[in-house]
Amino acid sequence: MGMLEIRNVDKVYRSRGKPPVHAVRALDMEVKKGEIVALLGSSGCGKTSTLRMVAGFESVTSGAIALSQRRIDELPPAKRNVAMAFEGYSLYPPLTIRENIAFALKAQQLAHREVSHRVDAIARMVEIEDILDSYPRSISGGQQQRVSLARALVRDADLYLLDEPMGQLEPQLRAVLRGRIKGLLAERGMTAIFVTHDQTEASALADRIAVMEDGVLQQFANERELKNRPANLFVASFIGEPPMNLLETQVAHADGGFCLSVGADMAFRIAGDTLDQAARKLLEQAQSVRVGIRPQRIAVGTGDVRVRVVSNQWLGDQSHVAGECAGHLLIAVTVNRIAARPGDIVPFALDPRHLHVFGADGTCIRHAEGG
Amino acid sequence: MDHSSLASRVFRRIALALVLVFFMFPIVWIFLMSFQTNEQILRIPPRILFEPTLANYEALISGHLRTTAGNLEISFMRNLMNSFVLSSAAVLLALLLGVPAAYAFARFKFRLGETIAFTLLSFRFAPPLLVLLPLSLYYQQLGLNDTYFGIVWVYQLIALPLILWIVRGYFEDISPDIEHAYRLAGHSWREAFTRIAVPLAGPGIAAAGLLSFIFCWNNFVFALILASADKQPVTVGALAFVTASGIQYGQIAAAIVLSVTPTLLLALYAQRYLVEGLSLGAVKG
Repeated sequence: MGMLEIRNVDKVYRSRGKPPVHAVRALDMEVKKGEIVALLGSSGCGKTSTLRMVAGFESVTSGAIALSQRRIDELPPAKRNVAMAFEGYSLYPPLTIRENIAFALKAQQLAHREVSHRVDAIARMVEIEDILDSYPRSISGGQQQRVSLARALVRDADLYLLDEPMGQLEPQLRAVLRGRIKGLLAERGMTAIFVTHDQTEASALADRIAVMEDGVLQQFANERELKNRPANLFVASFIGEPPMNLLETQVAHADGGFCLSVGADMAFRIAGDTLDQAARKLLEQAQSVRVGIRPQRIAVGTGDVRVRVVSNQWLGDQSHVAGECAGHLLIAVTVNRIAARPGDIVPFALDPRHLHVFGADGTCIRHAEGG
Repeated sequence: MDHSSLASRVFRRIALALVLVFFMFPIVWIFLMSFQTNEQILRIPPRILFEPTLANYEALISGHLRTTAGNLEISFMRNLMNSFVLSSAAVLLALLLGVPAAYAFARFKFRLGETIAFTLLSFRFAPPLLVLLPLSLYYQQLGLNDTYFGIVWVYQLIALPLILWIVRGYFEDISPDIEHAYRLAGHSWREAFTRIAVPLAGPGIAAAGLLSFIFCWNNFVFALILASADKQPVTVGALAFVTASGIQYGQIAAAIVLSVTPTLLLALYAQRYLVEGLSLGAVKG
């Protein structure tokens, strides 16, 4: 049994004179106790709506939500025992930072010493000890965000919801805080869901990542699984930096296997025995499929795909080489410094073993070996 | 700000002074009139320098008006009291009804919500005389004619839309997430309303209350038609100075000064709140 269970939840926003907006569709997910989950997706994908339904600020159009084996979707927010850090910070303007953080603890009627001890501890963690006696309007956006985070994390709740918890922080501080927050959550076995559009943040902080798009949960898995075994084209192209190279190919049968060709210049042979029954059947029926290969899996300087270099950037620890072949742009990432200049012809090696294959509807037919 | 040339600054000062003189002149002139006798006022050409007299104020406060035709009893102080009672009660009632309604309109989308809000605002479009005739008929049947309650009720036509629309704007400026955070901390939405929303919109509520107080205070026709002498406010009471033996300009001026002073002070006070209230938006996340 999960700590949080979201069962077949739909959210439809209806407003007069406008078509209804289906923000979340048939969402089904389960978060285990002590797990940290990221809701990852572009804006408008339904991740914040999901968070707000769990918190109780949005009603559930259909479906059910249960927290600690207790159905909560009909309960008022006050009774759900959920803490939340808001994207817009939403601090209480007339209260000092210390009072803002202590607020929920005081409502729980904790002893005065206990409250101030906990406020000090959390303030130290997010580095706001020096502004505890200021008022929200006199501190910066980044500080407000940390206060908002502290106000949520200081509580004893069944579930912590963090909406873009570190969007406003400087990169260095963000990296430090990520580590500390992860430490705190793990140490106290806190269950948390956070919303982000930043993959790095999702990978760094979360145990599992729920990728959402168009209100639909695309895949819910750990980062490695998302990278190596993307469930569909969307996840494949969304996860990974730089994004996966995608090519449209024509399918032809070739001695027990398949030949996927891109025009006359590129062709990939896929042996039949590397495919399972279902995949083989799907490939037999398909005329064209999309193949994807991670930039990190393309070898530069060897191979038979000749590309014209468009750009070549050395980022200090890796090269990003973009090249054109048969009207397709391919990006390769290698740890070696590549000497090629724009206009040069360079061979790329695209090993068929590293190809992900997607059907016309975007579902994954075959995953690459080893991602 | 200070890049403007000397000429434009001087010009701005002069323009400001002209506007000030234009708007302040009637008030200053009436203030001067209130210390003059009728003869002094009606002198042609008028003079700025005169021998001031407190006779007008004495007459108003004592309630005995001496005219050439004889003594006249006036109830100006009672009218002033009525103005206070009626306007305060009307604003209080409008705040009790209007603030929760404004919150509802700001926070919740419901069927016919905008229509209801607009209908309430439209009370301010119609000339009061338009509603007065049917209203006075109803009032007679309901027995509300010539009662304090009846006038306070009809003043809601003035105060309620004003409060509703101004306060709604202030509520909309407060991020709902502040209330959400409060509710997540274990409070009901009723508490979020009274402890978070209302205090944060406080300056706006005060400004709306003061403005509607001024509007109620200045109302004339409702009380003229719906109330008799002992319940009428100063605006109507001032008519008593138009007597058979002539118009008592001096007393009218004194009455105006006395009745304008409270609203003038309130307006100055409200202005401060209005500015404070408008800067509330900066608090938003």
